[in-house]
Amino acid sequence: MSDPSSPFHLAVALDGAGWHPAAWREADARPADLFGAAYWADLVAEAERASLDFVTIEDSLTLQSDEHFEPNDRTDRVRGRLDAILIAARIAPRTHRIGLVPTAIVTHTEPFHVSKSIATLDYVSTGRAGVRIQLSARPDVAAHFGRRELPHLSIDTIHNPAAQQQIGEYFAEAADYVEVLRRLWDSWEDGAEIRDIATGRFIDRDKLHYIDFEGRWFSVKGPSITPRPPQGQPIVAALGHGGASYELIAGSADVGFVTPHDAAQAADIVGEIGALQWAAGRSRDTVHIFGDVVVFLDHTPQAAQSRRRRLDGLAGAEYRSDADIFVGTPAQLADVLQEWHAAGLSGFRLRPAALPHDLVQITEGLVPELRRRGLFRTAYEADTLRGSLGLAHPTNRYATA
Amino acid sequence: MSKPTKQIHLAAHFPGVNNTTVWSDPAAGSHIEFSSFAQFAQTAERGKFDFLFLAEGLRLREQNGQIYDLDVVGRPDTFTVLAALAAVTERLGLTGTINSTFNEPYEVARQFASLDHLSGGRAAWNVVTSWDAFTGQNFRRGGFLAEDQRYERAKTFLRTTQELFDSWRGDEIAADKTAGVFLSDPYAGAFAHKDAHFDIHGRFNVPRSPQGRPVIFQAGDSNEGRDFAAAAADAIFSRHSTLAEGQAFYTDVKGRLARYGRHRDELLILPAATFVIGDTDAEAADIAHDVRLAQVSAQTAIKFLEQLWNRDLSDHDPDGPLPTVDPVVGENTISRGRASVRMFRDSIAIANDWRAKAEAENLTSRELIVEVTGRQSFIGSPQTVAATINDLVQADASDGFILVPHITPGGLDAFVDQVVPLLQERGVFRADYTGTTLRDHLGLSLPEPRRSAAADSSTGVAS
Repeated sequence: MSDPSSPFHLAVALDGAGWHPAAWREADARPADLFGAAYWADLVAEAERASLDFVTIEDSLTLQSDEHFEPNDRTDRVRGRLDAILIAARIAPRTHRIGLVPTAIVTHTEPFHVSKSIATLDYVSTGRAGVRIQLSARPDVAAHFGRRELPHLSIDTIHNPAAQQQIGEYFAEAADYVEVLRRLWDSWEDGAEIRDIATGRFIDRDKLHYIDFEGRWFSVKGPSITPRPPQGQPIVAALGHGGASYELIAGSADVGFVTPHDAAQAADIVGEIGALQWAAGRSRDTVHIFGDVVVFLDHTPQAAQSRRRRLDGLAGAEYRSDADIFVGTPAQLADVLQEWHAAGLSGFRLRPAALPHDLVQITEGLVPELRRRGLFRTAYEADTLRGSLGLAHPTNRYATA
Repeated sequence: MSKPTKQIHLAAHFPGVNNTTVWSDPAAGSHIEFSSFAQFAQTAERGKFDFLFLAEGLRLREQNGQIYDLDVVGRPDTFTVLAALAAVTERLGLTGTINSTFNEPYEVARQFASLDHLSGGRAAWNVVTSWDAFTGQNFRRGGFLAEDQRYERAKTFLRTTQELFDSWRGDEIAADKTAGVFLSDPYAGAFAHKDAHFDIHGRFNVPRSPQGRPVIFQAGDSNEGRDFAAAAADAIFSRHSTLAEGQAFYTDVKGRLARYGRHRDELLILPAATFVIGDTDAEAADIAHDVRLAQVSAQTAIKFLEQLWNRDLSDHDPDGPLPTVDPVVGENTISRGRASVRMFRDSIAIANDWRAKAEAENLTSRELIVEVTGRQSFIGSPQTVAATINDLVQADASDGFILVPHITPGGLDAFVDQVVPLLQERGVFRADYTGTTLRDHLGLSLPEPRRSAAADSSTGVAS
């Protein structure tokens, strides 16, 4: 359990017009701008003004759906999105300190491509890249690739042994995927580029390494075509709700996003993942556990409640989430986060219900309140995302010296 | 009757991972830091160039069983660096080479559509193919493709991505807050495609981008490659930059267009070209010779010999005559991951030509390699280079050039500062951009979406 006085980290999860399905209908929403660079640049600039650790950008390899495991044909929700890694890259040169953590879907993509994409994001952001690993269990997504058949899962049968075994396999593939990303990032040692004119050598090839990964789902030879990125190892993050997802966080990630609903649950989750981390032989590594919270923030609790009710009315259903839903003032939210932080969470990934409204409530309301309490940095203290998260430049697994 | 004066198209190739790039020059900067890419792109945009061009490689090259260490090694991911360049440029087209063998259409289509949105309509795709198991060792599917199927896969890959781009017409995003209608068409993005290589269906998730589809480049030189370009490309990245070869290629490829129901203006021929600029032609020639020596170090000369001889020549004296043994014929086992060695179809004949030339001109091995590989396309004063380029374009040897500087990132400066103004004075190159998209710069029309039958079914699933 972390010390209540330990650094408090804060991230924002960006997705479309916000996490509430009717958010795009708010007066200040910009639904027609979702497919352009300026919208995303403005949001990330706002987050950077408040010295947040990082933003995440959601992604998927199909149209959004209200169903977990299949598509639907609703036209009253935001549909369509741009590639999250490319959004992050487009924003990187125009921001300076904030971390950029796009989502990569690992089930259908090539670890070799994603490894160099994130390494390149680290170059174009000079050390601010991360990647949020997400798997895809939907048969309709698999049909977009036509390379593998995935069994149909549903909410009703998700706890059956066969379904659980299948899900375990997706997570095992994700763990292999992260292993390949990390090996490829290390496949060039720092200083491999020597430009030795006397011998005519541009690189010292003894500092480049085959990764020789062989697994059930893919084998990758290496080395990467992209030299080791500025951070050495960009940040790997994953969202978990228990079971195999906690093993992925404990065994592979630097940051885990979890969904407790009170401080006691937060403490339990931190303990559970800590034990898995120890079992995975990573007890000396820092794994930050961030609480995910959907936020409706206004100057009064009544205003926040009525805004939520109004949005639910527009959507035609009460908004539900895997994460806790907070409705109230920034100061009230600060109380909750302070308590959960004391219970062991190192930070929070807030999911703004509506953009830009709830993001601005975070930057202009929550962050100043946390600063008044001495909980949150008043300015960036590091140039890199690893630095903001208190992580040292990692040693290279292949370096012999 | 004289034909109308053609406008020249110019592009800049970020220096690549071969010996054209002189990394040993004191002016040479980083090949991986973003600042180099940004400076290079901004120079090209200052010169009102049509686009920046990035090559791609998916496995580090090897020779004699070891990673090749004499040239620049290492490069960024194509899509990611182009998206970042979109932030530091406003009009410059962004052309990326992306392999159709070790990718899937859905991914590539959404990446190019995203890049086109994020750049305001400046994306282009140079479609390349590979089949070798050597590169395949980095990917899920391994080396799955037979050589003779690579163009077939590339063609169907491109056709499939075009169906994905066309699965959105461009008017589906209503975003009507009052009516609560975000999407005017519940089946936007529906697609279904089935052929020998791809059997996919579902919903594409990126709305139609500003250019409709990215501009398509093709770079292969074979008969199949030329047909592929004539059928499906908007531009060809060719290697024929001299008058006679350029005209022959130009006539051949433009002549193929009619077969595919296309007009001569719908395909641009843009050869790669290197250049050396001096105050005078004589000074440029001197510099060009020095650059050639820097490009072909003693060590590099031996590696070139090994690529043709297909055997270890590490003990050979680069300052002595060519090897007396003959090349090993058959599959090239000495060099892997390098396309150029496949052009050595008759290595013994080439070796005999080289021996004859070396003997006649009294050249050492290294001097011979300097002579027979990669002499610069344009060498001269700014006036000479401008006139040469214009003459070639007006004589239909090309529609312009993709310039490959030998210094990163400053190698474009002299061209932009000294040659571009001369072309502008002649009225053969734009004084400023007149459009915002790459299609505007290249004079290509906006494609109409062609929706497939599947898109109109209620399920979006192939029947």
